[in-house]
Amino acid sequence: MKSIILRSATRYLFPIIALFSIFLMLRGHDEPGGGFIGGLLGATCFALYALAYDVATARRMLRVEEHQLIGIGLLFAAVAGALGLVVGDPFLSTYWTSEFPVPALGQVKLGTPLLFDSGVYLTVVGVVLMIIFALAEE
Amino acid sequence: MMLLILAVFLVAMASPAVERLTGRWAGIVLALVPLSLFGWFATQIAAIQSGAKVSQSLAWAPALDVNLSFHLDGLSLLFALLITGIGTLVVFYAGTYLRGHAFRGRFFAWLLTFMAAMLGLVLADNLIVMFLFWELTSISSYFLIGTDHQREAARRAALQALLVTGLGGLAMLAGLLLMGAAGGSFEMSQLLLSGDRLREHALYLPILLLILAGCFTKSAQWPFHFWLPNAMEAPTPVSAYLHSSTMVKAGIYLMARVSPVMGGTQWWFGVLTVVGGVTMLAGAVMAIRQSYLKRILAYSTISALGVMTFLLGIGAAGAWSPESVEPEMALYAAQAFTIFLLAHALYKATLFLVAGNVAAQAGTADVGHLGALARAMPLTALAAVLGALSMAGFPPLFGFLSKELLLEATMKQPVLGEVLTAAAMLAGTLFVVVSALIAWGPFFGRTAAATAQPARETPLPMWISPLLLGAAGLVFGILPQRIGEPLVGPIVTGLLGASEPVAVHLVAWPGFNFALLLGLGAIAAGLAIYACRTRVLRLSEPLARLERWGPGSWYDRALAGLIAIGQMQTRLLQSGYLRNYLLIVLITALGLIGTAILRLESLPIAWDWPAADRLRWSYEHLYLLLTACLILMGAAGAVHSRSRIAAVASLGAVGYGVALIYVFYGAPDLALTQILVETLTVLLFMLVFYRLPGTKQRSSPALRLRDTILCGTFGLLMSVLVLVAVNIQLQDKISDFFIAQSVGLGQGRNIVNVILVDFRALDTLGEIVVLSVAALGVLALLKLRPGREVSA
Amino acid sequence: MEVVLAVVIGSLYGAGLYLLMRRSLIKLVIGLALLSQAANLLIFTAAGLRSSQAPLIPKGAAAPLGEVADPLPQALILTAIVIGFGVIAFTLALFHTAYMRLGIDDVDQMQATDT
Repeated sequence: MKSIILRSATRYLFPIIALFSIFLMLRGHDEPGGGFIGGLLGATCFALYALAYDVATARRMLRVEEHQLIGIGLLFAAVAGALGLVVGDPFLSTYWTSEFPVPALGQVKLGTPLLFDSGVYLTVVGVVLMIIFALAEE
Repeated sequence: MMLLILAVFLVAMASPAVERLTGRWAGIVLALVPLSLFGWFATQIAAIQSGAKVSQSLAWAPALDVNLSFHLDGLSLLFALLITGIGTLVVFYAGTYLRGHAFRGRFFAWLLTFMAAMLGLVLADNLIVMFLFWELTSISSYFLIGTDHQREAARRAALQALLVTGLGGLAMLAGLLLMGAAGGSFEMSQLLLSGDRLREHALYLPILLLILAGCFTKSAQWPFHFWLPNAMEAPTPVSAYLHSSTMVKAGIYLMARVSPVMGGTQWWFGVLTVVGGVTMLAGAVMAIRQSYLKRILAYSTISALGVMTFLLGIGAAGAWSPESVEPEMALYAAQAFTIFLLAHALYKATLFLVAGNVAAQAGTADVGHLGALARAMPLTALAAVLGALSMAGFPPLFGFLSKELLLEATMKQPVLGEVLTAAAMLAGTLFVVVSALIAWGPFFGRTAAATAQPARETPLPMWISPLLLGAAGLVFGILPQRIGEPLVGPIVTGLLGASEPVAVHLVAWPGFNFALLLGLGAIAAGLAIYACRTRVLRLSEPLARLERWGPGSWYDRALAGLIAIGQMQTRLLQSGYLRNYLLIVLITALGLIGTAILRLESLPIAWDWPAADRLRWSYEHLYLLLTACLILMGAAGAVHSRSRIAAVASLGAVGYGVALIYVFYGAPDLALTQILVETLTVLLFMLVFYRLPGTKQRSSPALRLRDTILCGTFGLLMSVLVLVAVNIQLQDKISDFFIAQSVGLGQGRNIVNVILVDFRALDTLGEIVVLSVAALGVLALLKLRPGREVSA
Repeated sequence: MEVVLAVVIGSLYGAGLYLLMRRSLIKLVIGLALLSQAANLLIFTAAGLRSSQAPLIPKGAAAPLGEVADPLPQALILTAIVIGFGVIAFTLALFHTAYMRLGIDDVDQMQATDT
C-alpha cells in the first residue's frame, strides 16, 4: 500500500477534495449537496491520506482530534437550534439575515440552517474519521 | 385517622435510624408510637358505643370511584385496639428479643409498616383502598418472614406465604371489583345498605367465591393453610403479631365485614361452615402431632381461624331458614364470634411470646426436650399458664366464656345442630390437649433430657408482654361487662345488620346449663387424651402419610411444574441462533401476508408492460435494465463468491448500481450520498478483512436449499408488495407543502436539503447524535481493552 | 418500470436474508449491507416514481416548473443511508473484536456470553 503513485497523487488530490467538500456543503441549500455529502467527502480525503501514508500522518494533517470534531459539530447544530429558545420561539427555529453583497461572491445570505449544516458537516467528518482511524490502526 | 396511619408509615421509614440512635432503648422508644395510637382509639370507644359515626374521606381518583375513605365502627375499633395494643407489647418485646441482631432496624421498619398497613386495612371504607392495604400486609409479611434471609428455609417460607396470599388476593380483587359494580359503589358503608341487591344479583356466586378465595388464603383455611406453619421461620415477635393475632385475621375481618350483605344465603352457610369446620378439626388434629412449640401453636391458630369462619357461617343461618328463625341464634353466633376473636388474639399472642422466651433461654423449641422450666422461669411460666387456661376454656378466664358461647351458638342451630356441636366439642377437646402440651410439659413435666444450657428467666421486656396479655385474658374473664357493652355491642350490631344497637349482656358465670356440661366434658376428655398421648399419636399415624399428599405438596409440585414449563419454552423459542429467529420471523411473515394475498381475487397491480411493443420498451429503458442486471449480478456474486475481496467488490457493485437508479429517478442528493457511503463501506470492509479469515461453506446442502427457498419466496413476496404499494397512491399533502414553501419559508432551492436542515432539522439532529454514538461505540470496542491504555 | 425495480428489490431482500442466515460472520455483515440497500430502494419505489426530474427549484422561481420527484422520501432515505453506514461500521467493529477475542468465525460456536 505504500505506493509512490498513490502518495504523489494524494498530495495533489487532497486540497482539491477538501475544497470540493466544503463547496458541496455550502451550496447544498440551493443545489444538490449539503452537510452529509460534504462531510463524507471531507472524511474521504483524510481517509485517502491514511491509506497512502499512515494514520499518524493523517492525524497530523487533521490537527484536531476526531472526537473534538464531533463535539464541535454537535455544538454548532445545538446552538443553531437553541438560538430560537433565547427569543422565545420553539427549538430549531430558523432565522435568516437579509441579502448583503460580499465582494467576489455576490449576494450572500446567512442563516441558522447554514450553521446547522456546518455542524452536520463537522460531525460526519469526525464520525467517519473516528471509525476509519480506529479500524486502520488495528 | 388518615394522619395517624401516615404517621406510622413515616415512623416506620425512620425506624432504622431511630434504632441506630437509641440502641438499647429502641424497643421502648418505638413502642411509644403504637401506644399513643392505642390511647387515641380507646378514646373513641365511647363515641362508637353511642352509635356515632367516625369517618374521613379524601378524593383520590374520583373518576374511578376510588377515594381514600376511612370509617371507624365497632369491628374496626376492636381490630384497631388489638393491632395497636398487641403491637405495643410486641415492639417492646422485640426490642430485647432481637438485641444484637444485624437487621434489627430493618425489622422494626417492616413491623411498623405492617402495623400501618393493617390499620389501614381495617379502617378503610373503600374496597380498593382496603385491597391496597391488604397487599401491603402481604408484602411486609414477606419481608418479616424472611428477616433471616441468609437461611434458605426462611426464604422459601416467605415466598410461599407471598405466593399463596398473593394469588388469593388477586382473585379477591376480581371479586371486589365485581361486588362494587354489582352494588353500585366501592364504598363499604354504602354497600352495606344494599344487601338484597347483592344477594339476588346474577353474579352473587362468583363474587362470593372470589372474595372468599382471598379470605381463605389469607386466613389459612384448608386447603390453603400450609403456608402458616412454614411462616414460623419468622422471628417470634412476628409470629406472635402477624401470624396469630392480626394479619391472619384480615380474612376473617373481611368476611365479617361483608356478612351483612353477602351472608344469609345457602352458599354462605354451606361454604363457610364446611371449610371452617374442616379447618377447625384438621388444624387441631395436626397440632397435637407436632413437636416444635411454634408449629403446635401455628396449627392451633389454623384451627382457631377455622372456628371463627365456622361461626361466621352459622351466624347467618338465621336468615337462611326463616321458618324456625330464632333471633337469639344469630345473636349468639355473633357474640361467640366476637368473644372468640378477642380471646384468641390475647391467649395466642401470650403463648407465642412464651414460646419465644423458652426457645431463647432453653436453646431448643422441641417439646420433647423441654421440662421443669417453671422453677427457672417463673414469670414466663405464669404467663404460659394464663394463656393455656384461657385456650383450654377454664373459668374464670376469658377463653371459658368464648367456649361457652361457641357451644351455645352451635346448639341453637335448627339444622345439623348436633353435628355442629359435636364438631365444636371435638375441637375444644383438642384445644385442651394443645394447651396442656404447651404449658404443662415444658414447665411442670419431667425433663426428658438435659437442656442445652441452664435456663434463666428472661429480661423484663420479654416476660412482661406475655404476662400482661395473659392477665388481660384473666381480667376480661372476670369482668366481661366492662368490655361487653362498649366493644362487643357495636360489633354484633354490625354483623347482624341491625338498624338499632343490639344489647349484649355478658356475665362471667352463665350458670349451670347444658353448654357448661359439654364444656367441662371437653376439658376432661382433653386431659385424658393428653395423659395417654403417645398411644393417640400412634393411632393417628395414617394421617401423617396423608399429609404427604396434602395441599402443601401441591404447592411444591405446581411451582416446580411452572419452572419446568418456563425452561422448556425458553429452550424452544430462545435457542440463541440468529438463524432460527430469522426463520420464525420469515415464516410468520410469509404465512400471514401470503395468505392475505392469496385470498384476494386479483392482485391490485398495474402492469406497465405493453405486450406488443416489448422491444421498444426495452430500448427506452435500456439504462434501467442494464443497471438492474448489474445489481443482480452483484447480489449473486456477494452470495456465491468464495473470495472475500470478490464478495466485497460485488457489494460495491450493488451499491453503485443503486446509486445509478437514484440518478435515473431524480434524486441527485441520494445518488451522491450513496456513492460516497458505498465507497467508504468498501474501504471499511477491506480494513476489517485484513484480519478475518476466508469464507468457507459450512452448512449442509439441505440447509442451504431450505434457506434458498425460504429467502427466495420472501423476496418474491417483497416484489409483489412493492408492486401493490406503488399502486396505492396516497394524497401527498406534506410533500406538496414542502415543495411550495421551500423558497418561501425555507429560503432554499434544494427541496431535499431544505427538508433535512430546516423543516425536519430535529430528525437530522437526532441522526448525527446516533452517528456520534456509533462512532464512540466503535472506538470503545477497538480501543478499550482490559489492561490496555487508551491511545486515542 | 416499477416491475424491474420490484424484481431488483425482491432479489436484494432474498440475497440479504440468505446471507444473514449463514454461519460466517463476514457473510452476515454483507447480508446486512444488502438488506439495508434493499430497504432504501423499497422506500424509494413504494413512494411512487412520479417523475425523473430532481426536486430543485430553478433560480429566480418560487416553485418548480412541472412535476418533480417526491422530496420527502428522498430526505428519509438520505438519513437512512447514513445511519445504515453507521450500523455497518459498528457491526464490523463488533465482529472484528469478537473474532480477535474468541478466535472463531463461526456464529454457531459463539455459545457463551462470557469470554
